[in-house]
Amino acid sequence: MTQPAPSAQHHGPEKGTVTGPAAAPPSKQGGGLRALGLRADVRNLSLLGVLAALVVVGGITEPDAFLDTGNLQLILTQSSVIGVVTVGMTLVIIGGGIDLSVGAMVALASVWATTLATQDFGFAGILFTAVVVGLAAGLVNGVLIAYGRMVPFIATLAMLASARGLALQITDGKTQIVTVQSVLDLGLPDSYVLGIPPLVLVFAAVTVAGWLILNRTTFGRRTVAIGGNAEAARLAGIDVRRQRLYLYLLSGLCCGIAAFMLIILSGSGQNTNGNLYELDAIAAAIIGGTLLSGGRGTIVGSVLGVLVFTTITNIFALNNLQSDVQQIAKGAIIVAAVLVQRRTLRGGET
Amino acid sequence: MPETSRRGLLFGTAAVSAGAFLTACTSNEPKEAAAAQSNQPAADDKPGKPVTIGFAGPQADHGWLNAINVNAKSRAEKYSEVTLEITEGSNDTAAQIGQVKTLINKKVDVLVILPADGKALTQVGLEAMKAGIPVVNLDRVFASPQAYRCWVGGDNYGMGLNAGHYIGEQLKDKANAKVVELAGIDNLELTKQRSQGFADALKNYSNIKLVARQAADFTVESGQAKMAQLLQAQKQFDALWNHDDDQGVGALRAIQQAGRDEFIMVGGAGAKSAMDAIKADNSVLKATVLYPPTMAASAIDLARALGQNKGVSGLSEMEIPTSLTLYSAVVTKENIDQYLPTGFS
Repeated sequence: MTQPAPSAQHHGPEKGTVTGPAAAPPSKQGGGLRALGLRADVRNLSLLGVLAALVVVGGITEPDAFLDTGNLQLILTQSSVIGVVTVGMTLVIIGGGIDLSVGAMVALASVWATTLATQDFGFAGILFTAVVVGLAAGLVNGVLIAYGRMVPFIATLAMLASARGLALQITDGKTQIVTVQSVLDLGLPDSYVLGIPPLVLVFAAVTVAGWLILNRTTFGRRTVAIGGNAEAARLAGIDVRRQRLYLYLLSGLCCGIAAFMLIILSGSGQNTNGNLYELDAIAAAIIGGTLLSGGRGTIVGSVLGVLVFTTITNIFALNNLQSDVQQIAKGAIIVAAVLVQRRTLRGGET
Repeated sequence: MPETSRRGLLFGTAAVSAGAFLTACTSNEPKEAAAAQSNQPAADDKPGKPVTIGFAGPQADHGWLNAINVNAKSRAEKYSEVTLEITEGSNDTAAQIGQVKTLINKKVDVLVILPADGKALTQVGLEAMKAGIPVVNLDRVFASPQAYRCWVGGDNYGMGLNAGHYIGEQLKDKANAKVVELAGIDNLELTKQRSQGFADALKNYSNIKLVARQAADFTVESGQAKMAQLLQAQKQFDALWNHDDDQGVGALRAIQQAGRDEFIMVGGAGAKSAMDAIKADNSVLKATVLYPPTMAASAIDLARALGQNKGVSGLSEMEIPTSLTLYSAVVTKENIDQYLPTGFS
């Protein structure tokens, strides 16, 4: 079950390194990009190594429960919602920004989409509302940052606060239970396609789309360019503001999609949905090799980062470890990953 | 109506207490008559002197906390002479301290405080008491008894205990029974108390073993995620105790997704959705252990009694008690109709 998605994604950057530099306009950057591509590959390989090691640990400690089709389905399902958010976050960070409002946008989109009024419109109404609310919140972020010249950290922090507040106001603190059967059905085993849950298929589709955008389009090259050096990108004729606006819109879109997925998964909307997603998504992107200062990163790395976190959580839960231990380990992994990342980059740049 | 009758256990229902008050004069039992005459009941419906009650609670980001606010407001509206000064809910300690200070400055007659953090709000509770404003401490207890005149709240240890006994009785004839616990937020004192009560109850049943325990975050999302993991880890077990009905919505979803039904589930708190499921009896959820938000209405009753120098109906005491711990009743299909109206959404 796990194999198709990661391995397919893993081949991605290799192709990217071949076509990427050729497509990049300034030929001087070709060598740098190629080297970067190779380094990214090495890092993704090492993350795959970490995943493999985790599988061994899981297999040894809980052989019956871990190496089970249901458990692989569970790991992928639990990666899906945060995974989609992470794809959007990765693009924003590569473009030199940050989006602290992703969790709040997921919450807002999910509660808006599960209000009783929306439920009357059924499946399409819920999906449409979730996506539109995500896009609208992303638009506000983008306009404030690109045209209001606000620092992304501040603008999205403000969005975090107000979107959570709005979500709380809409729900009045209540859990909004979904009654639309066609939505609920998508979370049940009967809807699995060849054993793959629909949520995982959505995750895979968003990953492929994110990879294509970053590696195969002008939009992707512009994103890398403005993240690396916004002034140089502006001088090269890139509309930096519009590019930034689009990136926050994409992040909002991902949050809207993730909100719909979360509604399917949990069968409800709650103002506490997406709690701490911003930290999880940033952490996954960083251990996946995305530079927090922008200009560098891969979608595949981020997705591997999400899978590593989910697999660790899964192994801990299977071994009945308590939440304090889980949190400590998560922190240690982030520190270790950043240290490794710094060492790799220093080796490459000097 | 049944909402009133539940509180009747504590104070006498409006009807009963009013009746008792009226019949007290002609009662053949001198003691009861004396009690009723000397201290006017707290739940007395007759308007007394005007009382302004200040209410400061945390942000209602959870179904139960929202129900607390609703209960407090509707009970205060019932009394024509009671004015409720309610502050904006906040989980920020500094903000809540500021709100309580504002209420003190407004010279309210009585304060009802549900602190976001009991220990952190102790000082401001002391300040109010020193200013001559009696404090009714709701649920999360202050660090010092000097900081409140009366405490009213739920019994977290009792929740665990009663859940454990219910499960124990259901499984007592089953050899090597396995039980799983889905706890609430692990860094809260109340979660430890609930788990301790549960563990202590299970000690009475040597055939039952707690095989796994995972903590969730009181949210639907966390309930779904953690329960999905527990179901994967435990291929077969006999009972599940889930600390909170909100996260229980997610837990039930995970159970449905895993297609499991070999065990019974007991919830906690008493949400409407859980009660509906128990009544419908079409899922693994067979019971929930109450942690009633009606305690907020009781706190208003007590605050009003404090403001009017009344005692509690049915008790011989001249003053209202220092503390009042609610009973964590186990709600099952058998008694669901009695409790259904108290379910919160």
